[in-house]
Amino acid sequence: MALILSVLEQGLIYGVMALGVYITYKILDFPDLTVDGSFPMGAAIAAVMITDEVSPFLTLAASFLAGTAAGILTGIIHVKLKVRDLLSGIIMMTALYTVNLRITGKANVPLYNKATIFENNWTERFLKGALEPFGTLLVIAVIVVLLKYLLDWYLSTRSGYLLRAVGDNDTLVTSMGVDRGIIKIIGLAIANGLVALSGCLFAQQQRFFDISMGTGTVVIGLASVIIGTSLLKKAALLRVTSSVVIGSVLYKACVALALRYMKVINLQSKDLKLVTSLLFLLILIAAQERKKKVKNNA
Amino acid sequence: MLELKNVTKYYNPGTVNELCLFEHFNLVIPDQQFVSVVGSNGSGKTSMLNMICGSIDTDEGQILVHGQDIGKKKDFERHRKIGRVFQDPAKGTCPSMTILENMSIADNKGKGCGLKRGKNKHKLEEYQEMLRSLNLGLEDKMETKVGSLSGGQRQTLALLMAVMTPIEFLILDEHTAALDPKTAELVMELTGKIVEQKKVTTIMVTHNLRYAVEYGDRLLMMHQGNTVMDCQGEEKRQLKVEDILQTFNEISIECGN
Repeated sequence: MALILSVLEQGLIYGVMALGVYITYKILDFPDLTVDGSFPMGAAIAAVMITDEVSPFLTLAASFLAGTAAGILTGIIHVKLKVRDLLSGIIMMTALYTVNLRITGKANVPLYNKATIFENNWTERFLKGALEPFGTLLVIAVIVVLLKYLLDWYLSTRSGYLLRAVGDNDTLVTSMGVDRGIIKIIGLAIANGLVALSGCLFAQQQRFFDISMGTGTVVIGLASVIIGTSLLKKAALLRVTSSVVIGSVLYKACVALALRYMKVINLQSKDLKLVTSLLFLLILIAAQERKKKVKNNA
Repeated sequence: MLELKNVTKYYNPGTVNELCLFEHFNLVIPDQQFVSVVGSNGSGKTSMLNMICGSIDTDEGQILVHGQDIGKKKDFERHRKIGRVFQDPAKGTCPSMTILENMSIADNKGKGCGLKRGKNKHKLEEYQEMLRSLNLGLEDKMETKVGSLSGGQRQTLALLMAVMTPIEFLILDEHTAALDPKTAELVMELTGKIVEQKKVTTIMVTHNLRYAVEYGDRLLMMHQGNTVMDCQGEEKRQLKVEDILQTFNEISIECGN
């Protein structure tokens, strides 16, 4: 039970990050490595603000804005300074490592006995009794659903249409008299804002910040997006954004199961990143197999 | 009026492969003229369009629209008044979006990219009416992704989208070259109709000499960055394919193709 709960909690939190990766990877067709830096940046901001006992709700806004700024910088490096997409992300990711250390001042910040978005006066008042063990999950679910609908709404606006068009065919965006560079920067900003917001939630759920917690974020994000978009393609009733969030939960479940049942071969929690990348490889291969099948049947 | 004044363009400047494509090239296109451009490969037809649209820069000279130099304007700024259809049908539409979504994007050109609803559902019937006249059955596929349409269907859609909002110039870059003869004919007929209806200044590059002769009120033949033939008015109306074929053969043989 505890395992299922933690899978759902973490899966949904990473789902927010996956929504961001969905924007860059699927919509913009931009392999954005900034996320490995913006995820812990959100966590770092949460850690500092919560230590200072600022309202935990403000941490959400603050980390989103900080992530947005990181995304804009990546965008400017790519669009204005004409650095290749992958490299712009790597530059920002590396730079953010120092920024994050500067924000917190140390590599590790525990957050015990502080008010967080999951445990504060408000949640104590409304989420008690039988609901209490599910308090964290409920708060996360509300936030994730809200963000998903916000993103769905944005993607249906004129600005959102241009965002979808720029990854699809940027010539068309130019033909429409719109600067495709600006649209790319907007996309990167929203994406990294979501990623940092996810990091902010993660730090509060885990009750600590660690400078290395961002390593491999992009792999988790990509895995979730690929599970969501290719393996759940059949579920036509689901919107892609929902599929991506579900993909993230499924991915977390796979990792949890792998860690649980592979103790037989002496796999421990320090092997998490290895399991993460192997699972990602498996998912990529599975997605390819599906594509082949579709091709053969067509 | 569109004017190219003393335009010079080098490719690979400063290297052994340096190629001077245009040297003090001049061209004046009055308003509402429909110009067909033919010429051998590498004669500078597409480069000329790219320079007008801002996709490539000129090295020297001016590009004037109504007497105003637009040389400093970015490509996307120039496109606000330009509708453009490319040779590749994939370039004029978004494959992962539906026909309705694509047409909505085109219809919202120049109307800001704010947070208003992107899909113009209320205009659905208007769009369907536009598509019905093509007889391609596209009007029943409004929710189909454009990526699953055929090249011809996509190109017709791209042409419609290019002229949906008021534009001053229509730039057609071999827009029938990738289509089968029958579809090419259809797209060409539609082009003629649209240009006549909208009275828009049009430059059409084509490799099909017959289209160049049949359509448009001026014919330009280009060769190595120069116009070797330029006829309009009565002269153009009298023109037959055989008349230009000889000149065309001469320049082609010179080039070795």
